[in-house]
Amino acid sequence: MTKLDLLVMAASAVSSVSLCWLVFAVLTDGVGWLLFWIVAYFVFLAIYFVASYDRVGWLGAVDRVVTVAVSSAMVIVLIPLVWLVSYIIIKGLPALRPSFFVHDQRGVTPTMPATAGGGLHAIVGTIEQVGLALLWSLPLGAATAFFLNESRSKLRRPVRIFVDAMSGMPSIVSGLFIYATLIIPLAKDNSLFSFNGFMASLALSMTMMPTTCRAIEVVLRLVPNGLREAGLALGASRAKVVLSVVLPTASTGVATAAILGIAREAGETAPLLFTAFGYNLMNANPFHGPQESLPLFIYRFVRTQSTADIQRGYAGALVLLILILSLFIVARIIGRDRSVANKRPIRLPSRSSTPETAEPKLISSTSGRSGAIRAAGGP
Amino acid sequence: MTNLNLNPPEVSMNHRAIADDNKIADASAKEKGEAAAADGQKAAQTLIGGPPPGAATLEAREACAWFGEHLVLEGVNLTMVAGEVTALIGPSGCGKSTFLRLLNRMHELVPGSAMAGDILLDGDDIYGASMRAQIIRTRIGMVFQKPNPFPAMSVRQNVLAGLKLTKIRCSDQDALVEQSLQRAGLWREVRERLDSPGGALSGGQQQRLCIARSLAVAPNVLLMDEPCSALDPSSTRRIEETIKELRNEVTVVIVTHNMQQAQRVSDKCAFFLAAENQPGQLVEQGPTTRIFSSPEDLRTADYVGGKFG
Repeated sequence: MTKLDLLVMAASAVSSVSLCWLVFAVLTDGVGWLLFWIVAYFVFLAIYFVASYDRVGWLGAVDRVVTVAVSSAMVIVLIPLVWLVSYIIIKGLPALRPSFFVHDQRGVTPTMPATAGGGLHAIVGTIEQVGLALLWSLPLGAATAFFLNESRSKLRRPVRIFVDAMSGMPSIVSGLFIYATLIIPLAKDNSLFSFNGFMASLALSMTMMPTTCRAIEVVLRLVPNGLREAGLALGASRAKVVLSVVLPTASTGVATAAILGIAREAGETAPLLFTAFGYNLMNANPFHGPQESLPLFIYRFVRTQSTADIQRGYAGALVLLILILSLFIVARIIGRDRSVANKRPIRLPSRSSTPETAEPKLISSTSGRSGAIRAAGGP
Repeated sequence: MTNLNLNPPEVSMNHRAIADDNKIADASAKEKGEAAAADGQKAAQTLIGGPPPGAATLEAREACAWFGEHLVLEGVNLTMVAGEVTALIGPSGCGKSTFLRLLNRMHELVPGSAMAGDILLDGDDIYGASMRAQIIRTRIGMVFQKPNPFPAMSVRQNVLAGLKLTKIRCSDQDALVEQSLQRAGLWREVRERLDSPGGALSGGQQQRLCIARSLAVAPNVLLMDEPCSALDPSSTRRIEETIKELRNEVTVVIVTHNMQQAQRVSDKCAFFLAAENQPGQLVEQGPTTRIFSSPEDLRTADYVGGKFG
């Protein structure tokens, strides 16, 4: 792209805005700002096309216009994301102090400033509930994934349909299910089945299980069939092949799938409403008594009238965002080629003192098949 | 290779000392010298729970194979003599690979597949009621067309994978790794990086690693399904040398599309052919030299003469 190209593009933009201004502001009563920019954008594309056509002909003009359209589509997609994140940061950062991570809301009244008190009870609750949910759903999800991918049962088809259907289930329904089947009938006899973190973890695991199951299944499907055959040809049983060949090969992918599942569940609010119920003070025991979590913390405070409380809610949202973002980063790091990154550099031993950081690039270029299977994408 | 004694427990040498010898030996020693050292070492290993020692004769009687309703192989009678290399040749889709997979019960892993006839390993039917497929597959190893080392394991772990997967035990794993890699002709190239991932080797090295992995459990028969088709000429040559060195220690059955390769490595040759919409059949078998010099069947003559296929 030369200077002249840029100049043509800028000139097209200026002329399209001027034209729209002439039409909408001077000649007619005008339109809203959003419609103005939408129309201006398409007029710009048209003018840019005509100007380019004059310079470089049909093919070049089409190429330029499509390039501009695709790049601007990317920008449009990025706008809401950047907007959302920056909005939360701007609203939440002023109320976020280190004390947020060490205090609960004991003794805090709505009239006190937003920096008073903290959200430790919510952070602890989120970690405990999601951790327990992972404890229930990961073994089940992994077992189901192995059943779907490694067994030869006739039941695989119905199970797969069932898992798919479950992954589409609204999360509030899972909370309602736990509430209706466990809490209502059993709570009066046994405090384990009243509002607490354990019930919340059950509700969360109901939505988490299908997600992790499908993620792990995708990872297992990426394990080449040749490896299974190689294991079987060595005289291993099918179960042994799954445990010793397929699982290690897919382990980084399984870890990534689990972490993406955690990140998704950490933000769930609906299943917690009538299971964990929420509690303004610290309750570190997930098996007894109502428990707070970050989504409930946000929900509690953002609804109120007090400015300080609303700010507290935004601080909670920021912490949740940071938590999920760091989980994604962890997933990315684990999802990287661990089998290569952790091994000794493949060079002569005399040169093994070379810094590790320089090595993975060298090795990965020579190792076509060494890559352990990774989970692609995320929620 | 004149050493016929594979795994006799009574001939237990001190391999540790030999390993030390190797270290002392000049790094630029001639290949022959190292091969001799390897010969001495081969007697050192004792596997517990592995296959009985020595090469075994494999015999197919009226072997037939189906995929679903589709008959792909019909009435094959072929004897693969112990300690010899038998090459299966023929055009694509004539049932060579299917026949090979019949020989170690890999065929039955395909859903909807079926077989008939007998496959005898030293006289015992491997499809007999008392035979377990897993035991059969440790006795009859297999090397595949595409190199498939386990990517999550190091070179060393790859060689020992057969032991880990089948609970065969070994008194000295280091010596077994070295011995297996020596026999596969890979030791000199990888001895400095036994702990690097198996997938980081080149394609030819990966294939030899797979051969070493199959040899580590000391099988009686080694099946090779076009082991060189994905490799460059020099890697192919190394693997052919390996096959020649394995002769007498283990029965080798190799499927190949490369006629020169069949001539170079095999003692016996079997020509398979499938007419259009007909199941594959064994057309002719015999010593390799005779199959290539004076074939009895006209179709064999045409095929080895390059007229079709």
